[in-house]
Amino acid sequence: MRRTICFLAGVLPLAAQVSYDRLRQSDSEPANWLTYSGNYSAQRYAGLNQITAANVRRLRPVWVYQMQTTERVETSPVVADGIMYVSEPGGSVTALDTLTGRPLWKYARTLAKGVRGCCGQVNRGVAILNDTVYVGTFDAHLVALDIKSGIVRWDSEVADPKLGYSITAAPLALKDKIVIGIAGGEYGVRGLIDAYDAKTGQRAWRFWTVPAAGEPGSETWAGDTSKTGAATTWVTGAYDPEQNIVFWGTGNPGPDWNGDARVGDNLYSDCLLALDGDTGKLKWHFQFTPHDVHDWDSTEIPVLADTVVRGEKHKAVLFGNRNAFYYVLDRGTGKFLAGRDYAKQSWAKGLDDSGRPIMLPNSSPTMEGAKVYPDVTGGTNWFSPSYSSQTNLFYVAARDVGGVFLKGNAEYKPGAQFNGGGQSPIVGENPTGAIRALTPNTGELKWEFKLYSDAGAGILSTAGNLVFAGTNEGDFFALDAAAGRSLWHFQTGATINANPVSYLSGGKQQVAIASGNSIFVFALED
Amino acid sequence: MRLVCMIFSFALAATAQLTPFDPEYVVPKKNPNTTPADLKNGQQLFMGQCARCHGPKGEGGRGAVLAQPKLRHAPDDEALFHVIQDGIKGTEMPPGYAVDTRETWQLAAYVRSLGRMAPETVPGDPKRGQELYRSKGHCNQCHIVSGQGGSIGPELTEIATRRSAAHLRAAVLDPESTLPEGFLEVRLVTKDGGRITGVRLNEDTFTIQVMDLNGGLHSFVKEDLKELQRDTGKSPMPSFRGTFSAAEVDDLVAYLYSLRGNQ
Repeated sequence: MRRTICFLAGVLPLAAQVSYDRLRQSDSEPANWLTYSGNYSAQRYAGLNQITAANVRRLRPVWVYQMQTTERVETSPVVADGIMYVSEPGGSVTALDTLTGRPLWKYARTLAKGVRGCCGQVNRGVAILNDTVYVGTFDAHLVALDIKSGIVRWDSEVADPKLGYSITAAPLALKDKIVIGIAGGEYGVRGLIDAYDAKTGQRAWRFWTVPAAGEPGSETWAGDTSKTGAATTWVTGAYDPEQNIVFWGTGNPGPDWNGDARVGDNLYSDCLLALDGDTGKLKWHFQFTPHDVHDWDSTEIPVLADTVVRGEKHKAVLFGNRNAFYYVLDRGTGKFLAGRDYAKQSWAKGLDDSGRPIMLPNSSPTMEGAKVYPDVTGGTNWFSPSYSSQTNLFYVAARDVGGVFLKGNAEYKPGAQFNGGGQSPIVGENPTGAIRALTPNTGELKWEFKLYSDAGAGILSTAGNLVFAGTNEGDFFALDAAAGRSLWHFQTGATINANPVSYLSGGKQQVAIASGNSIFVFALED
Repeated sequence: MRLVCMIFSFALAATAQLTPFDPEYVVPKKNPNTTPADLKNGQQLFMGQCARCHGPKGEGGRGAVLAQPKLRHAPDDEALFHVIQDGIKGTEMPPGYAVDTRETWQLAAYVRSLGRMAPETVPGDPKRGQELYRSKGHCNQCHIVSGQGGSIGPELTEIATRRSAAHLRAAVLDPESTLPEGFLEVRLVTKDGGRITGVRLNEDTFTIQVMDLNGGLHSFVKEDLKELQRDTGKSPMPSFRGTFSAAEVDDLVAYLYSLRGNQ
């Protein structure tokens, strides 16, 4: 690995200290986008209203930053005090001046040989705390970089990449710890979520997402199948600083599509975990898809919001799951409060009173192939939903796509894929999707904006009563947040597989999104 | 009507394919899994994953004809292994779904066994068919063969490497039964009352690009259209049933089945 100073302008804002208090109170400074999801509650909401339904038609690109990569770019920028910190495939990081788009520094990650991953060397973003930028790398390290220069402060291996571990998620900075999740669910790894001392890089705690023999939850795995149980943690969670609870989703059990050997619910796969921020101890868990055989990871973003369910006020977690169901959970206990399907699904009759799915027959993979909705990519996926307290709506990028699920052999070999099947598309079916606005306490559909094809990008809502999202065909667009009416669109020229962010640069609101290998930044035309 | 810039390339959605292939595996030159048991398992996998495009006997359809001794993209076993594992970029051939190394070889063994079957015999005279293609059929107005012809319909230069004779016969007699994946005829009415019928070239949430039946290229913002009619399952190509005699259909199919590019 090496560091390259690309450019340093003479008159630029100084990289500031981004204290824990600033992160905790990020809603009070909408000029910045300080965490992966914009705030600890993971609402991906910008409290800025310069760009509105009335003027969004004047939105124009102001600069574009192109990455030198052919890998897929899923990054979501973090912005502090006029500087944008962008992760690039593999775990490189570039700091950009938000006024000009020019780089201030670059950290170029050179990956070790033999690193593998199922789905490309993507990286979704960084975390910042005080004077340091943190990034996970595809070779499963967590790296701390000086915020002004990109120089490495420390570099800790999280897990062995030769076993199939990698990191694609953005870290989450707490008061003095950096929490990071792991990918590798297609390699039969044992899932984990770690916290590292922000100053030293020493591991502070680890939670294994698959229990060891004899531990609570191990009884949900037959024989020794938990040893290859996966349940990885490859998308950034949320944090409730009042209760000091980290909320983080877990992925599929291994092997993905052949569950014959791993009889049982397979905890803690496809769960939302509530972990103590100081110790990593499990406070509660909620499993969305027990004994999953469709690769429906529950690594989507847990959104923290207050809501009223059946007349009772709750500090809640709102969760649009890959299995096509929407859930409302109590944040303190994990109790299921409400839920229903929000995307096309054919595998469950509904949810029972505890939130457990009521399975329908003939929905498991077979050798010949079983047609099931949603497909392996799910009703939604890693791309972020959004919650606006202004409209009191939960926005989800939904997919209405089915697949033919095939069961196959599952033979574990360290470092090799361990899938036990796969999925093919339904021939002749055009994938479709929509941006859907749901009533947060019930999941009831308020409005939808249909997309030409399935959804693959995240959503930003703003105080300007707007919702921003992107399409597979390269359109970045704005909708009226209250009614879903189309207001503006811009063709970026490549598939958008990323989440939008918004912030101020020189006092002017910008909206940024990655498309293809580039970051596009928009502002109102003067 | 607002005309936006022409787009000549298709933006394809990126979809991650998962194949349990060990990246450290060194692919041998010769297929190591060719026993009768391997062939049987290969046939089962083929029926599940390949037959719907390539036909149960490799006779072709939406996918290439595999019942032939030489495969253009897979001249040897090693290349065939990679085609099954990785697909063929720029074509509709996807990577193998959930086939491990052994299963890939078993599939390859079965595919090679298809090539040892007797080639399909086609009645008719390809020379007479070539003349009919140009004269009575006017096929060259819409299709390109070896660089010559119109471009409203699919190029036919190598059509016989991808389609069986039966498929080609169906395309001639009942074109709407053999539409390629993604093909869509559309009818548009612009706000000023202009009407266009054509073939969709590309589309996204906000815009659509169309080639009209005279070969003209158009691009529209959808909200600027008064009407956008999708004639799913329809084709501008006429049926030759009734226009051609049975013998002429045989001749035309024989000509089409002779179109194999440089093969």
